[in-house]
Amino acid sequence: MASIGKIARRTFLIGSAAIVGGVAFGVYKVRQPAPNPLQPAEGEAALNPFVLIDRQGITLISPRAEMGQGVHTTWAALIAEELDVTLSDVRVLHGPAAKAYYNSAMVADALPNKGYDITDFQHTVGEALGVLGKLANLQVTGGSTSMKDGFIRMREAGATARETLKQAAANRLNLSRDQLKTENGHVIAPDGTRLAYTDLAVEAASIDPPEVTLRDARDWRLLGNTQPRVDMLAKSTGTAEFGIDVRLPGMKFAALRINPHLGGAMDGFDASKAETMPGVEKIVDLGTGVAVIARNTWLAQKAANAIDIAWGASPHPADSAAIFDRIAEAFETKANSTMRDEGDVSALPEGAVTLDAEYKVPYLAHATMEPMNATALYTGDALDIWCGNQSPTFQRATCADLAGLDEDAVSIHTTFMGGGFGRRGELDFAAYATRVALQMQGTPVQLTWSREEDMTHDFYRPGAMARFRGAVKDGSALMLDGQVAGQSAAQQALNRWVGLPAAGPDKVHVDGAFNQPFAIPNYRIRGHLADLDIPVGFWRSVGASFNGFFHDTFIDEMANAAGRDPLDFRLELVRAEHAPSAKVLETVRDMAGWTGQTPEGVGRGVGFTYSFGTPVAQVIEVVDENGTIRIAKAWIACDVGIALDRGNLEAQMVGGMVYGLSAACFEEITFADGAVQQVNFPDYEAIRMHTAPITEVAILETNAHMGGAGEPGTPPAMPALGNALFDLTGTRARELPFSRSFDLLI
Amino acid sequence: MTTSLTINGTRHQVDLPEDVPLLWVLRDEIGLTGTKFGCGVAACGACTVHIDGEAVRSCQIALADVWGDVTTIEGLGAPDNLGMLQQAWIEHQVAQCGYCQSGQIMQAAALLAENPTPTDADIDDAMQGNLCRCGTYTRIRAAIKTASAKMKEA
Repeated sequence: MASIGKIARRTFLIGSAAIVGGVAFGVYKVRQPAPNPLQPAEGEAALNPFVLIDRQGITLISPRAEMGQGVHTTWAALIAEELDVTLSDVRVLHGPAAKAYYNSAMVADALPNKGYDITDFQHTVGEALGVLGKLANLQVTGGSTSMKDGFIRMREAGATARETLKQAAANRLNLSRDQLKTENGHVIAPDGTRLAYTDLAVEAASIDPPEVTLRDARDWRLLGNTQPRVDMLAKSTGTAEFGIDVRLPGMKFAALRINPHLGGAMDGFDASKAETMPGVEKIVDLGTGVAVIARNTWLAQKAANAIDIAWGASPHPADSAAIFDRIAEAFETKANSTMRDEGDVSALPEGAVTLDAEYKVPYLAHATMEPMNATALYTGDALDIWCGNQSPTFQRATCADLAGLDEDAVSIHTTFMGGGFGRRGELDFAAYATRVALQMQGTPVQLTWSREEDMTHDFYRPGAMARFRGAVKDGSALMLDGQVAGQSAAQQALNRWVGLPAAGPDKVHVDGAFNQPFAIPNYRIRGHLADLDIPVGFWRSVGASFNGFFHDTFIDEMANAAGRDPLDFRLELVRAEHAPSAKVLETVRDMAGWTGQTPEGVGRGVGFTYSFGTPVAQVIEVVDENGTIRIAKAWIACDVGIALDRGNLEAQMVGGMVYGLSAACFEEITFADGAVQQVNFPDYEAIRMHTAPITEVAILETNAHMGGAGEPGTPPAMPALGNALFDLTGTRARELPFSRSFDLLI
Repeated sequence: MTTSLTINGTRHQVDLPEDVPLLWVLRDEIGLTGTKFGCGVAACGACTVHIDGEAVRSCQIALADVWGDVTTIEGLGAPDNLGMLQQAWIEHQVAQCGYCQSGQIMQAAALLAENPTPTDADIDDAMQGNLCRCGTYTRIRAAIKTASAKMKEA
């Protein structure tokens, strides 16, 4: 078993290379000098470094997309922990699209286990399989995988750089490496002599990096503590550069209109009025839509709106009712997956009480604060793209293909993202910018989508339905048999990324339902895929975003049918299956002072979902204020195994919950004539300052393996709120959003 | 049509149609990109700036209607010269994606200028037009209170 782990790590060989005035530490062992290792010229070896040191300073590469989850800071902290540098003294960059920056943890997550039940052996196999990510070019930020992916590799990168710099100092001082220490960007000799890394960098470049041993967690200085975020100063002063803020000499601004009838053609357009409008420079026919290039974004948008366009019809079912009929039909088809099948769900003992429930959740938009945009410059033999994105290697391939260029001629410059939530893993916004830039050779063009284009051309969280049957007896659960129906987001997204055809059981479609740590003796979860091709994609927590609601709401209904306190009922079932999950339920019970009783006008609900390797329990308290219901308080307990940065984890748990509460309360994408009916925030309301609960968070570390942070806070928010509303009103709403069933404060 | 504007204390002349919203004058013409585009319909607050100290949605103010001196996030303080609220934002580690935070800070600055010791209800009232999809509201509230307390000391 150890050898498998060793093989996995050996695929990550850390080499070094000379750069002008310094050294770079990366994953390929190379000796050729590379003036700019991030953009090697022909004949030079490509080095994709994580650490760059020259006389100017130290740069760490964090090739995971910073969309608010704090990955830049914690990824840099993994390197800095071993390198002995202070985060405020180094630069952190996204780096380019590169195979070397593959995501190993995402591939491991595709193994067909439940996650919470994996043995050390399976964990190691997962690590070993992680090298497949490199083959698939999977430089993706998603699936709450960044820390699982970088935890060992980035500390090794930091340690390797440190030991090489020490060797350079040892050579200079005629000492042995083990006589030296490192501190705050310096090598320290026994006599107190301090040699700066920046001063040793050139010498270090000629030294073979030695083997390293990672420090014990007890000796960590940065990891395990809250680090000030490296992007906080820029984000508090308006100086952080998002994709929409890229400014290049001679740049033009563009606006876009695409067929609102999703998937429909463009039959023709009349731009004669737009052509004469102020500031307009060019109208570009994109085949499926039109772009206007102008002096500024607003003049471009105004002219784009003045174009008379004949849109073709959508090939999809016309409206929400027809779409959900199609989803319901999927229940009658052969299951795509039966990821859990334990005991016998058809055999019930005498005296068992049975219950059935059908649930339904709508399609959802991501609605990132920063609308989709990208800036592109095509020069005839090269293409540069600037945008926030979660999948730079796939974007590079797509844009190269559109421009008829080799991938080597295409550079992706990743900026900060004004929200991602899965939306910026898609390729369309860079592809449209490329198509516009191809018509403007030599001129950089920034293509910004209006909010209306953004909301009506998303890759939506699929709408979904569930049918659950259950049985309880003597206060406990005997049977749970759940079916989930909806479109497969994973099959569509993988097809867009790498052209993989749809095949096999879709684990993501039932994530959050099949892998919940409840000891129910007869337990089955089947997934049914709907025959629909509405654009769908990954939305924060993906399958768990609907399955968390289905599964945990049904558990609450079973507790009620069994006449039990809902928290005790869950705790008993979970304790036998997964101790860390029981611990988060106990913790949230104690934090909230849960008694099972609430005063008149106050309701409380508990929600629990295990997702992305992290069990999360939430208690939500709602109050009736003269007939309007307000979400007053929330308590969250999670177990991430190893808490690398508590301050950031707290922010992710609260933010994840708020994102889930927005969906639970208000959000809904509906269709008419094959077009999305919600076009802007007034139609797609979210939690705001006055509707956000006061929240407490507890972060536990008993879980055997490291869990994710960015997504697991989202799924339990929806059932926790629904269960609280049931406690308050006695009404069980089985459809989201809850604003359809209750008078919620808005 | 040439229009004259004072932004962060500097006089600017812009030659643009009068109906171009202030937001796009700032971002695409003058290059002050700290003010953000979010919705274009005054529903998210990302484009909040001050005109003569009053918080306004710059996506709704036509160039011809700018009635006074404009202050943007860049005018509130710089990385090497932070305003009180910006310091509080950093102390509380408010930002996640950070896109809405310029607007949040400008809105909060107008609140504190008018009401130096806001209650929770005052903060709810003043800030509910500023959307944050990352859900940083708790820390925004805490940062406003910290800035309020420091202003009282000062």
